[in-house]
Amino acid sequence: MTQPRSPRTSARLPAAAAQRAVVDHSFVPVRAKLIEVAAFLDRVERYGAAGDFRCAALRQAVKILVDGKPARARRILEQLSDPTVKPDLITSGKAALGAWQKPQSPKRAK
Amino acid sequence: MRYIEPHGHMVSRTTDDYQAMVTAGCVAVCEPAFWAGFDRSSVDGFRDYFRQITEYEPARAAKFLLPHFAWLCINPKEAEDLALAADVLAMIPEFLAKPNVLGIGEIGLNRNTRNELKVFEQHVELAVKYNQLILVHTPHLEDKLKGTRLIVDLLRSHPGVKPERVIIDHVEEHTVNLVLDRGFWAGITLYPDSKSSPPRAVDMLETSGHDRIWLNSACDWGVSDPLAVPKTAFEMRRRGHSASYVDQVLYQNPVRFLSQCPKFRLGD
Repeated sequence: MTQPRSPRTSARLPAAAAQRAVVDHSFVPVRAKLIEVAAFLDRVERYGAAGDFRCAALRQAVKILVDGKPARARRILEQLSDPTVKPDLITSGKAALGAWQKPQSPKRAK
Repeated sequence: MRYIEPHGHMVSRTTDDYQAMVTAGCVAVCEPAFWAGFDRSSVDGFRDYFRQITEYEPARAAKFLLPHFAWLCINPKEAEDLALAADVLAMIPEFLAKPNVLGIGEIGLNRNTRNELKVFEQHVELAVKYNQLILVHTPHLEDKLKGTRLIVDLLRSHPGVKPERVIIDHVEEHTVNLVLDRGFWAGITLYPDSKSSPPRAVDMLETSGHDRIWLNSACDWGVSDPLAVPKTAFEMRRRGHSASYVDQVLYQNPVRFLSQCPKFRLGD
């Protein structure tokens, strides 16, 4: 039987956590990460690697940051995900790569 | 502050890590069976590993006054070898009566293959047969969403599986509600470079609720931080969450889930 869980609207957002504090605590570290993204995109261009499917996926994902809609983290994760639904027939290696690329040959279960 | 590390691969950690965790308030650690970084060559490699996490590692943890519990399985990274998986599955019952064994885990999927799914289903059958708790690993990166869907569908379709006795670990923003909305517990893993960071974990608690979620560091032989859980407590407190809120998420929640196994007992 499915258990109930606290609805999202009742998640505890403490009054003491002022809007200013949320920004103060995170702005500089997040600023640094954003600049890392920018530097990475510059770097892969400089090295001629910008065509790598992962770099292309990153450039597409970045657009979500500024589309003005909520749930950006969830939507970026979804965009980088394998959209297929059936198990693969064979493994393509132990490690995931971080972005999905349509396989050259079919490897999905029928 | 007190907390439980419900998912830590302590065989990969040093005694300094044990000391730091206890100093930070850790009162119990749970160790799911894991991939060693290379494929074991035979079932005897697993037998030795199961002895390590059911006999040796609890003794090592006890030197730091830390109760140590374990979960058993063949990890999905080694599940492509169906013959080896069958041998390991047949051997697991030998260890289920060990005093620190809580259940079957961390089972699940790695690259979402047909063989992995088959071995996952066999583990679920084993857990149901022996009335064991289940700890599920969800895949990494681009494979997580698809893998989580396959896992949830399989578990929900099995008449012997009780969702409240299953925790699905390594959820992120795109899978947390998929897990919680179907009645399972969810685990958020705190990694420096992948899975979730402490701020994102607290975001998920604030937006998805904190009733059936635990946090873990999964500290293993890769890039990981055995103090990630207490560091997330700091993130909660900095945002203004109360000490009782922190205690519920980091201590009471794992106690509530793990206590479904009668062998999970904490000292005074």
